[in-house]
Amino acid sequence: MKSTIVATVPPALQVDDSAPGDRWLTVDMTVNGVPRMLRAPAHRTLLEALREDLGLTGTKHGCELGECGACTVLVDGQPRLGCLTLLASVEGRTVTTVEGLGTTAEPHPLQVAFVDRGAAQCGYCTGGMLLTAAALLADNADPTEAEVRAALAGNLCRCTGYASIVAAVRQAARMVAGGASHPRSGAQG
Amino acid sequence: MSSTGSTRTPDFTIIGHRRSKVDAWPKVTGRANYADDLPFAHLLYARLLRSPHAHARIRAIDATRALAVPGVTAVISGADLPVPYGILPVSQDEHGLAVDKVRFVGDPVAAIAAEDEETADHAMGLIVVDYDVLTACMTVDEALSATGDPIHANGKANNVHKRVALEFGAVEAAFEAAAHVREDLFFYGGSNHLALEEHAAVAEYSPDGRLTLWSSTQTPHYVQRALAKALQLPERRVRVVASVIGGGFGGKTEALPHEVAAARLAMITGRPVKCRLSREEVFYSHRGRHPMHVQLRAAARVDGTLTGLHVRTVLDGGAYGSYGVASTYYSGALPPATYRLPAYRFEGARVFTNKPPCGPKRGHGTPQPRFGLEVLLDKLAEDLGLDPLAIRLKNLVAEDSVTVNHLRVTSCGLRACLERVADASGFLDKHRRLPRGEGVGLAASCYLSGAALPIYWNGLPHTTVHIQADRTGTVHVACGATDIGQGSDSVLASLVAEVLGLDLVDIQLDTADTALAAVDLGSYSSRVTFMMGNAALRAAENLREQVLCAVGRELHLPTHRLILHSGQVALRDERSPIMSWPDALQLTQASGAVLAASGTYAPPPLAGPYKGAGVGPSPAYSYSACVVHVNVDAETGQVVPSEVWLAHDGGRALNPTQVEGQIEGGVYMGLGEALWEEQSFRGPLHAGPTALDYKTPTALDMPIVHCLLVETDDREGPFGAKEVGQGPLLPVPPAVANAVYDAVGVRVDEVPITPDKVLRALDRQARGQPARHGPRRFPDIAYPPLTVVEPPAGAPQL
Ligand code: FES
Ligand code: FES
Repeated sequence: MKSTIVATVPPALQVDDSAPGDRWLTVDMTVNGVPRMLRAPAHRTLLEALREDLGLTGTKHGCELGECGACTVLVDGQPRLGCLTLLASVEGRTVTTVEGLGTTAEPHPLQVAFVDRGAAQCGYCTGGMLLTAAALLADNADPTEAEVRAALAGNLCRCTGYASIVAAVRQAARMVAGGASHPRSGAQG
Repeated sequence: MSSTGSTRTPDFTIIGHRRSKVDAWPKVTGRANYADDLPFAHLLYARLLRSPHAHARIRAIDATRALAVPGVTAVISGADLPVPYGILPVSQDEHGLAVDKVRFVGDPVAAIAAEDEETADHAMGLIVVDYDVLTACMTVDEALSATGDPIHANGKANNVHKRVALEFGAVEAAFEAAAHVREDLFFYGGSNHLALEEHAAVAEYSPDGRLTLWSSTQTPHYVQRALAKALQLPERRVRVVASVIGGGFGGKTEALPHEVAAARLAMITGRPVKCRLSREEVFYSHRGRHPMHVQLRAAARVDGTLTGLHVRTVLDGGAYGSYGVASTYYSGALPPATYRLPAYRFEGARVFTNKPPCGPKRGHGTPQPRFGLEVLLDKLAEDLGLDPLAIRLKNLVAEDSVTVNHLRVTSCGLRACLERVADASGFLDKHRRLPRGEGVGLAASCYLSGAALPIYWNGLPHTTVHIQADRTGTVHVACGATDIGQGSDSVLASLVAEVLGLDLVDIQLDTADTALAAVDLGSYSSRVTFMMGNAALRAAENLREQVLCAVGRELHLPTHRLILHSGQVALRDERSPIMSWPDALQLTQASGAVLAASGTYAPPPLAGPYKGAGVGPSPAYSYSACVVHVNVDAETGQVVPSEVWLAHDGGRALNPTQVEGQIEGGVYMGLGEALWEEQSFRGPLHAGPTALDYKTPTALDMPIVHCLLVETDDREGPFGAKEVGQGPLLPVPPAVANAVYDAVGVRVDEVPITPDKVLRALDRQARGQPARHGPRRFPDIAYPPLTVVEPPAGAPQL
């Protein structure tokens, strides 16, 4: 059923109503270890493909303009903003989202440390933070506080003031260095 | 970050201990579902067509072409939503979609539903609206002197939305007798919450006439009420579920047009309809911090004792009422609850302008006068040859006292906050002693642990908690309270687990849903820990009593000898277990009990005997004190905060990790407002409605924050707890301003303290003029005649 509002509008205000058209592409990639093939319009972003085509909604959007970092995923291990990455550009590449970083049973040390430190308040920035931090730790096993802050500077968080996040990243680095077997977080700190 | 001084109570197994939050694992594994993540079959996507004009009459809307686009299902306009609503009963001035008139750029005019968002977007561009453009008022001054069409036809003259004038105690006498009077003007810029999650909502209308809305809202109950009114449905047929929420800070505390429009579209189409806002739309939806003009006049003795205070405020309200009447009262409510004031006058006004509506943001209406008051106190101290710490310690509000404006103060750790923060930062050794370019500033504040009065008048509980248990030992806890990231779910689980001697994983939560028959008014005014917490304690204690009575009867032991501990019924003295929790539940149930208990909470009657007394009272106040160390570059005007100490009296810290997280987040947001963030406009347009142009502190900008927990044990708080979500923001902006003065000797009496303002003040300083940047005049507003209110018995005397 359509609800219609119709009134007379001066000709000066008439507009062009040609619909947008686009080319469709087929893209092969590996997402969280699983080979995936997607058919999508050429302008589809990786963020849209992950969330809407693959149901991986752990990747968030806070601006869709490359400004907030909430959509950060790893492409071949490097942090990329999903909202600025065209799906077509990840053809043949490996994509890791927060769902592929670790599981509750076998968490990444960063996930354990984020839980311990209360680094996820609303949790909306958390996925992007974790992946940015994971790329940092893969590159630099023992980052200084300044290095952690610099690495996370493109990921906005409105809840934590970053303190617990920075502390969690450094704790995770120590866990990895200490050869921690990524234990489940204890309730007690 | 460091934390010191929080006392541990060994008797508690959960309360007071550092625990991870109950929702931490879903959040770090990407499994927490926010509103835009929820899966729906056969979903339609809605977009809102927004006004390009700040003030215009709608002559006609033509949606013919949009409706002709394949995939478009419906287009609606204000005609489909004729009933007005609003969060406050006195301000029912909003429609889901504009009726007759638009009042700001971004005011929604029409809504379109289509098979996908792209089609909706494309077809939306084909809706033609014919506007009759009116003169827009973009500032308070323009609004007050406007001669054209008023923004609201039924508004008071000159676009004034609300005016208030209250007097408590002998104000004129205090000023006449004062040894020293200090007066100043301040301006506090508006800011957006910028919750990282953009608002989103999904509405579904069942064939039998029930509406469900899943939404990123802090206040499901209030959204339920507004939807029922706007859509003309009985409240009981409207269900609102707050999904996991990606931050609120006050920006999601009332029904917003996308929620109302999605609901109407779902009713028309019979399909679920999603409407999510872009970041730009969030900036235009706003409901953020009011830009506020503040004029303060303080009377003091030579020793610094305050004898009177006069606060005048003018709030730039934007285009709609929202919480604005409450915001106006809040701008004058709390000074007497922070400092002992024998005489107090408050005049406030809110003015409509053609900008996105302002509303509540963390600290609701109080950071702006707080900024002025704490800067004024610094100036007053200097006039009188006192240090900033001494003048505050001299004027502290007393514990267990009543203020001149009828606020009841119970626990108060403000002295300890000030002393701890001064001590930890070495404030007195640094103040006036650091090299030029470096400075320290001090400020204090207080905030409510929940508004004592509900938003709409009623005598009902403010919150309800239901607990059900079953033979397996499962404990199910239901409450309408809404976790917006502040951790209220964890607080709820912790309190129940503590009372029942269980672990957090044994508690199953069902929250943030109006279908639970457990109304909670929502996550605003820092009310949840205190109010939901008390209701949870009552419910849990009730269930404990049932179980211990049944076990006692069975084992012939008096109930007072039994406790619940570590998943067991145990003997109090020996703590030796005598029965497992599931066995105890089975025994209780077999004895005829239903294993259910409920608790409610309503604050005691606290409102004073005058109109407007409903805003300000709270069952308890939190207190904060802050020292900020800054470096100021006199060449560039850059202010860099390098270290922050914040002491907070939030009563007992139920979970120190969560309390520190709230303090760190509050300091962060306070620094953002102090130095960078401003919702500013160029003509009718937002100057930069993006997360890049709207500058917020990044991880690189944030200094070390030292959290100092001052744990009073509030006698009415759950296990002695008070609020921590909002209070710690309040002293930060004035502490920064005071630190800038200490560093380079210039006063910036305006927030945000941007480099250009610092440079202008430095320039004046270099030219031998008063080294100040700030407002020089106050809006030309006519306040109403003063309502003189007799102070309560026991209020501070001259
Ligand atoms: S959504 Fe991609 S950076 Fe914000
Ligand atoms: S935890 Fe809320 S935005 Fe980071």
